[in-house]
Amino acid sequence: MTEGFENLAADPTDPTHQFQIFRIVPIHIGNLDLSFTNSSLFMVLTVAVASAFLYFTTGGRSLVPSRMQSVSELSYEFIANMLRDATGTAGMRFFPFVFALFMFVLVANLFGMVPYFFTITSHLIVTFALAVLVIGVVVVYGLMKHGTHFFGIFVPSGVPAVLIPLVAVIEVISFLSRPVSLSVRLFANMLAGHITLKVFAGFVVSLSALGALGIGGAILPLIMTVALTALEFLVAALQAYVFAVLTCMYLNDAIHPGH
Amino acid sequence: MFVTQAFAQAENAEGDAIHLPPSDEAAAAHGETVHVEGEHGVFPPFNSEFYASQVFWLAITFAIFYVVLKKTVLPRIGGIIENRRERIALDLEAAGRMKSEADAAQAAYEQELAEARAGSHKIAQDARDAAKADATRERASIEADLDARLEAAQARIGEIKRQALADVGTIAEEAAETILRDVAGLDVSRDDVARAVAAERV
Repeated sequence: MTEGFENLAADPTDPTHQFQIFRIVPIHIGNLDLSFTNSSLFMVLTVAVASAFLYFTTGGRSLVPSRMQSVSELSYEFIANMLRDATGTAGMRFFPFVFALFMFVLVANLFGMVPYFFTITSHLIVTFALAVLVIGVVVVYGLMKHGTHFFGIFVPSGVPAVLIPLVAVIEVISFLSRPVSLSVRLFANMLAGHITLKVFAGFVVSLSALGALGIGGAILPLIMTVALTALEFLVAALQAYVFAVLTCMYLNDAIHPGH
Repeated sequence: MFVTQAFAQAENAEGDAIHLPPSDEAAAAHGETVHVEGEHGVFPPFNSEFYASQVFWLAITFAIFYVVLKKTVLPRIGGIIENRRERIALDLEAAGRMKSEADAAQAAYEQELAEARAGSHKIAQDARDAAKADATRERASIEADLDARLEAAQARIGEIKRQALADVGTIAEEAAETILRDVAGLDVSRDDVARAVAAERV
């Protein structure tokens, strides 16, 4: 654990150091390494902070909400409206799922904006696991609800019979690429943003080590870093939103397969 | 030379003990270094070493998060919003009811006001009529009284006039007698004078 923290501090300008995972509590079960790592720590923190915020801000149950309570209520209504618009009232059974996804990704992304914090969504395996979870829910619910009828999503209506095999193949490929695009979009946005931020911040450190002229020259990357920080906050929220919107659209396929 | 070889062998054994891939002799000889290289050489997000751990802890934390939201947080927020919506609907309904009550009260008030106005108008009219009748009656009685007194007065005037006229005859008789006696020196009887005066006057 201490070794990991030392590694973090070892090279302040290395842009990939922030993505380094290290074990805090090594756990080995069989051949699997299920160690509690810094990534796991921030997953736990994300869940704890998000749950605590939602739980304690709504504790008053005020008729006229306090500022914090209205933040919780707004996020609730935001996701509820989004899901209702995309899937109709039949989709509201997935509301806890979509809300949990949105809050988890949002809080994880925003946590990544705190210096020295680990960004769990900057690892492809995490976003891919979430995307596979979404597609898994879509497929399982679609098959349970509609049986083989669910495969109708691969055959758009109004297509000439000759073209159906071709269109179906394209539809299948596009369906299979959904988990990939869903996960890569989030992962790549977070990764690229954090690397860019680190590179520009690194310029500030390297340049200011060069004396008076360097400090003067460091102003430019410093301005860039400030601007990028603002942009990254936007991206953090936007990507959580995009993830939730796409989840809603995919769920709509499971609920209303004929399109 | 021998010592170095033995040291290498010892390190080799140590390398085997921590399950490093024994394929590369050189790598095994510098076991610890290779291990660190493996950890830091790969771009961290593509380092498969922690895939299992990440998926495992993601599953646990996300499942807990989902359950906490579904069981506690979302019903609570949903309840708050629903409660508020109901409260607003109730308040609106109450406001509507009160407004219709107010409208009814106003209508009743206006009707009452109109009735009262009509009543007061009638009372005023009655009073005016009564006053007018009284005045008319009073005037009639006063006029009758005045007429009666006028008549009485005229009767008295007539009486007095007749009286006066009657007195005129006597005065004329006396004057004529006096004239006859004192001027003409005639002694005429009173009756003759009276006859003559009466004859003259008619």
